[in-house]
Amino acid sequence: MANYTLDTEDGRLEALRRMLTIREFDTKAGEYFADGEIPGFVHLYIGEEAVGVGTCAALEPDDYITSTHRGHGHCIAKGLDTKLMMAELFGKRSGYCNGKGGSMHIADVDAGMLGANGIVGAGPPLATGAALSIDYQDRDQVALAFLGDGAVAQGQVHEAVNMASTWNLPAVFLVENNKYGEATPVEKQHNVKQLSDTAQAYDIPGVTVDGMDVTAVTEAVEEARKRARAGDGPTMIEAETYRYNGHYEGDEQNYRDEEEVAQWKERDAIESFKERLIDRGELTEAEFEELQAEVEDEIADAVEYAQNSDLPEPEEAYEDMFSEPVPEVEQFASRLRTDGGSSGGDSR
Amino acid sequence: MTAQAELEREETETMTVREAIREALREELARDEDVYIMGEDVGAFGGVLEVTGDLYEEFGEERVRDTPIAEAGYVGAATGAAATGTRPVIELMFSDFIGVSMEQIMNQMAKMRYMFGGKTEIPVTVRATEGGGMGAASQHSGTVHAWISHFPGLKAVAPGTAAAAKGLTKAAIRSNDPVFVFENKMIYEQQGDVPTDEDYIVPIGEAAVEREGEDVTVVATQRLVGESLDVADRLAGDVSVEVIDPRSLYPLDTETIAESLRKTGRMVVADETPLSYGTHAEIITRAQEEAFFSLDAPIQRVGTPDTHMPFSTPLEQEVLPDGEGVENAIRRIT
Ligand SMILES: Cc1ncc(C[n+]2csc(CCOP(=O)(O)OP(=O)(O)O)c2C)c(N)n1
Ligand SMILES: [Mg+2]
Repeated sequence: MANYTLDTEDGRLEALRRMLTIREFDTKAGEYFADGEIPGFVHLYIGEEAVGVGTCAALEPDDYITSTHRGHGHCIAKGLDTKLMMAELFGKRSGYCNGKGGSMHIADVDAGMLGANGIVGAGPPLATGAALSIDYQDRDQVALAFLGDGAVAQGQVHEAVNMASTWNLPAVFLVENNKYGEATPVEKQHNVKQLSDTAQAYDIPGVTVDGMDVTAVTEAVEEARKRARAGDGPTMIEAETYRYNGHYEGDEQNYRDEEEVAQWKERDAIESFKERLIDRGELTEAEFEELQAEVEDEIADAVEYAQNSDLPEPEEAYEDMFSEPVPEVEQFASRLRTDGGSSGGDSR
Repeated sequence: MTAQAELEREETETMTVREAIREALREELARDEDVYIMGEDVGAFGGVLEVTGDLYEEFGEERVRDTPIAEAGYVGAATGAAATGTRPVIELMFSDFIGVSMEQIMNQMAKMRYMFGGKTEIPVTVRATEGGGMGAASQHSGTVHAWISHFPGLKAVAPGTAAAAKGLTKAAIRSNDPVFVFENKMIYEQQGDVPTDEDYIVPIGEAAVEREGEDVTVVATQRLVGESLDVADRLAGDVSVEVIDPRSLYPLDTETIAESLRKTGRMVVADETPLSYGTHAEIITRAQEEAFFSLDAPIQRVGTPDTHMPFSTPLEQEVLPDGEGVENAIRRIT
């Protein structure tokens, strides 16, 4: 059984909760980034929540996903802990990667989350590899790669999909077509009308779904998962969606007009799913408010946890390189222990 | 002649490293219509690093061309284009993305001229930004110029000042060989005097003495040039520090470095590549080959201690080579 599925009332409410959690998490991430508390850069998932949640609702808990630079939504949909995520964004030792990774590298391999990724298009080969492990050991799992519309132009994506289809691996490639790669619209990056058309090159099914509709996404992924488990190989799914914020926080967005953004917001996935649940009598406005309040509390707790966590000690920079430490790196750690003070990169 | 004396002979304007690179691109686009720029969002968006800026408005989309996110494809295409009569200038954004395009770089771009018996020129320029310091984490903070400098058939430059940024970028574009220009992302806003002469270039393979001194030679690259000059200021009266920016990593101006070492007898090499098999090793090897008997102390190096660039600020600050590291190294041998 998945953690949650859209087939049950509880599952639908859980899906709504996760969509709200993603939105709240990323809203706060944007705020603390703007304040300077979160270093580096952050790419927010606001607007695309139905894709991550619809997808993970169709997966089993031990299925694998690979993510992208825009990974917070995938993490939450997959069930990662928002406290440890937020702590990682803040660069704290208690974060998922001990503060080494940050927003772009959150990972929890034990939870089936093979990492957000700073390299566009690098996830699909890793997912093909996870599918290879599954196939090799005959395990009842699938591996799904999230990738952006822009990533479809990467050579390594082609190589990954081709191998997975040729070897009939239990993989799914989920293209999040949010209409832009950075500032460049999808039409200027690809000649095909639909990105799912590229599936023809591998003789695998390619479908396009409304990524603002969590049910449509989940149905497509369920189908793809079934197919993968039946030994019929990978599927490519294109989910059409939209990011409400800039490519990264701080992006002035001179490449698109407000009207376009407003039109997509009218089709907001959270709003429409909420309405549907209300229509079905599974949710009331009051219950929704309560859910929203719970989510806000959860994220406020996550922020508090992150803020109250310790930064790593400088010495920790020298941990985690290898399973067997090497003197080249160790010398710096031991010098810090004896002399104190930053090495400043000085080799002696 | 010191870099300062060199500049004093020119008419100059004060600008940032970023502006200096943009001016170089603008002048070369205007000078030669076979020159054009390709990269992700270099056009109307003005580049993620804000280097290409308004060049799109001035030169249009054919000459400031946006590409798909396809580094292997467009670096390869640039090589093919360069072999067939045009002069592409690639913006690869983060130098970490060289990984994605490495096949075309190492097996095609670097080897074609030689394998074809010298019958083809490959006039391609690749600009890429390097370095830690902004919390960009391990996949957006790399300093990879040692790989490119190591590989026969490729030239590599890495400016530490605004003047060098302009002069080297122009020299790269005018070169008939593949040249990589490594821009450190932390110094884009650093100001300096830059010659306005449209034919000002910094010849590839010429180092600059940024400051003259008697006691110790610091060979520093990129961000560490400025930091080493600050150290030299701080130590003035106590230790007299000579600071050299090699500017060009391959070919490397061994003679200017060796000459300085013959004078000072002591040397520190500061560069952000990881220490093992890094840029330091090559500079030090050449220096001792030429000036071993002038050495009064072991040559010191300052670099990244064989880790990736961690995200969290205290970790990143720990592994980043800096002025403090340079100063400690100087103190140890003077
Ligand atoms: C190999 C590589 N090239 C370029 C980049 C810079 N970059 C980061 S995100 C991005 C756009 C990605 O677009 P898309 O795949 O559509 O994902 P989205 O941001 O829209 O979610 C680019 C070009 C990168 N991180 N990796
Ligand atoms: Mg996109």
